[in-house]
Amino acid sequence: MNALTATGLHKRYASHHALRGLDMEIPQGSLFGLLGPNGAGKTTFIRIANRILAPDEGRIELFGAPLGPDATKRIGYLPEERGLYKGMKVGEQAMYLAQLRGLSTSDAKQRLRAWFERWELQGWWDKKVSDLSKGMAQKVQFITTVLHEPELLIFDEPFSGFDPINAQLIREEMLRLNREGRTLIFSTHRMESVEELCSHIALINQGQNVLHGSIQELKDRHRSGQFVLRYRSEDPTSLNLPEGAELTDHRREAQGIVAARFRAEIDDASRLLAALAPQVNVYQFEEVVPSIHDLFVQTVQGA
Amino acid sequence: MKPFLLVAQREITTRVRKKSFLVMTLLGPVLFVGLMLAPALIAMSSETEDLNLIVVDHSYVLPGTPKVEGANLAYFDPKEVSEEQALELVRTREDVDGLLYVPESINSDPEFSLQNAKLYTEGTAPLGVASELESLLERFAYEGKLRHFGVDPAVVTKAKSEASVQAFELSDEGSEASGTEIKTAAGFFAGILIYMFTFLYAAQIMRGVIEEKTSRIVEVLVTTVKPAQLMLGKILGIATVGLLQFGIWIALTALAATAIGSMGLLSPDPEQVAALSAAGQAAPELSGIQSALGTLDSLNLPALIGMFVFYFLSGYLFYGALFAAVGAAVDSETDTQQFMLPLTLPLVLTFILATSIMENPHGPLAVALSMIPFSAPIAMMIRIPFGVPWYEVAASMSLMVLGFLGTVWIAGRIYRVGILSYGKKPTYADLWKWIRMKP
Repeated sequence: MNALTATGLHKRYASHHALRGLDMEIPQGSLFGLLGPNGAGKTTFIRIANRILAPDEGRIELFGAPLGPDATKRIGYLPEERGLYKGMKVGEQAMYLAQLRGLSTSDAKQRLRAWFERWELQGWWDKKVSDLSKGMAQKVQFITTVLHEPELLIFDEPFSGFDPINAQLIREEMLRLNREGRTLIFSTHRMESVEELCSHIALINQGQNVLHGSIQELKDRHRSGQFVLRYRSEDPTSLNLPEGAELTDHRREAQGIVAARFRAEIDDASRLLAALAPQVNVYQFEEVVPSIHDLFVQTVQGA
Repeated sequence: MKPFLLVAQREITTRVRKKSFLVMTLLGPVLFVGLMLAPALIAMSSETEDLNLIVVDHSYVLPGTPKVEGANLAYFDPKEVSEEQALELVRTREDVDGLLYVPESINSDPEFSLQNAKLYTEGTAPLGVASELESLLERFAYEGKLRHFGVDPAVVTKAKSEASVQAFELSDEGSEASGTEIKTAAGFFAGILIYMFTFLYAAQIMRGVIEEKTSRIVEVLVTTVKPAQLMLGKILGIATVGLLQFGIWIALTALAATAIGSMGLLSPDPEQVAALSAAGQAAPELSGIQSALGTLDSLNLPALIGMFVFYFLSGYLFYGALFAAVGAAVDSETDTQQFMLPLTLPLVLTFILATSIMENPHGPLAVALSMIPFSAPIAMMIRIPFGVPWYEVAASMSLMVLGFLGTVWIAGRIYRVGILSYGKKPTYADLWKWIRMKP
């Protein structure tokens, strides 16, 4: 089952058309990366998923049912622009947000105490939010997002604005929550954070879903039959290539390392390596797999 | 608990616990009581410091009057003491505070010396003393002239009469005293309360909305609370805080006023009044107070209070929603100016027109202003003590209800879009687009 399914979403603002028939399938249990350049429509989609905005056209379903008013109890949302009431006490503020999400007073208090203990915030319960450091305020915000133990978590640019230590903490929490079976969606315009974290991604460009699937699937789909062989030698030596393979580049790459690049059939790796291995002292052999960033550039430019 | 109630509850608890709330709540009555006591205190303080003045009168207008309000007078023979000598006395003698000098007349014009009298004092002379001396000079000059024309001043005094016209309103049940002044005061006071409340607390709504917007917490809030609920929760929460504060103000002020009244500072004590009225001086004032109390009885207080509560709350809701919309449309308080003008102008204008309404409470202007929701709360409260036909009240109230439903709806539409829009300062055209935009 999908945690979230969107079909043909359209959203027009006064002066621009933010979503142009966006389709999206987010499998249950996935750690889903929502990629795209600034202004692609990521935040608009996220706001629609959180029922902050309503789409002009299209349908959106949460766990197989139309997105309704009680969806807020099943979703946790950390917006890109984060903030708390500055004059309010930390504990009270967290209690307020938890109660808005439907937690009872006693549940909210119990869970908050546990989280505050875990992240060493106990002493801050009665302090004002304005006394917190930025990193601590971010921790409190994260806690209030996940406190009601929602099945689906949506983070808009979760790593922007967090300092490196807290970003790492958040990253670990995200992986932990995902292991526990929660579905996580997060948007980012930084591709490098995606490959190590996500199981699935979707690329949004100009309000449309231009590329989506599991990371492995996407990489497999975009294999181009490029291979690189690195071997130990001072200078390129002449190589006997098997049939169907074509040398595209051959040069010294570093001290004592030469790289030879080939184009061959996609599933030819074994035959290629078998033919080449006896000829040189192999240092490394790999299929050149496009990075998500490459895929993104290719897809956007191809469109 | 319902999200809407949670929002209102948060508004109440966080505001009531603020130090500024406590300070304002306690300071308010102090200010009000201070205003009430000020006349009495001023009177008391001026009684204590009588000036000792030397009088050198070349015109010989003044006879040997020993005392006027605020000053003791000591007469010197103008033939023996010059202006300079008298001034020297003022400078050197500690028990002499000043000099009243009336110069010799030129060309035997008696008016000249009267118009060129001088009062020298060490330090600034109290304002009252100079005018007391002026009226003293005028009175004796007047009496002198009467005598010159062969008229006994005592005859003129006897010929004077005091008249008092009391207005009565004829109705089917008979006639009743109209007590215009007290009605004007009651209506105007109610109007002022509504005006103050609306400005004080509607502005707080606006600031609260701006705070939520600039702190960016609003985006999390709107996932669990509908924008309209968030707005209404805030408006009602702040209204509760405001009513609480107003209630405390009124209770504390009333308590303080009673306490002070029992000490005999505010109202003249009966013996004094009796003595004065026996002297034939305070009789008109006394009958004024009695008729005022009578008017208050005739005002039908429960209906008046009921109307006040209605216009108080509906006016606050009407403006509160609009102020919330302004808060949602802008990013900071400095940007509110352009949208505030159309909101404050009708309120201020109604106040400027208040005198015209009071002068002619049943005229077309007064009727029109009491129908338009922008001005109705104040205009109607001013008119009500003068008696407004029931169908006008009904029409005004219906329009008021429609009015605040309308502003709550419009404000809700602007609020919904505004709270998530940052950066560009919206124009009126943008607001119009927001109102028509689908959610």
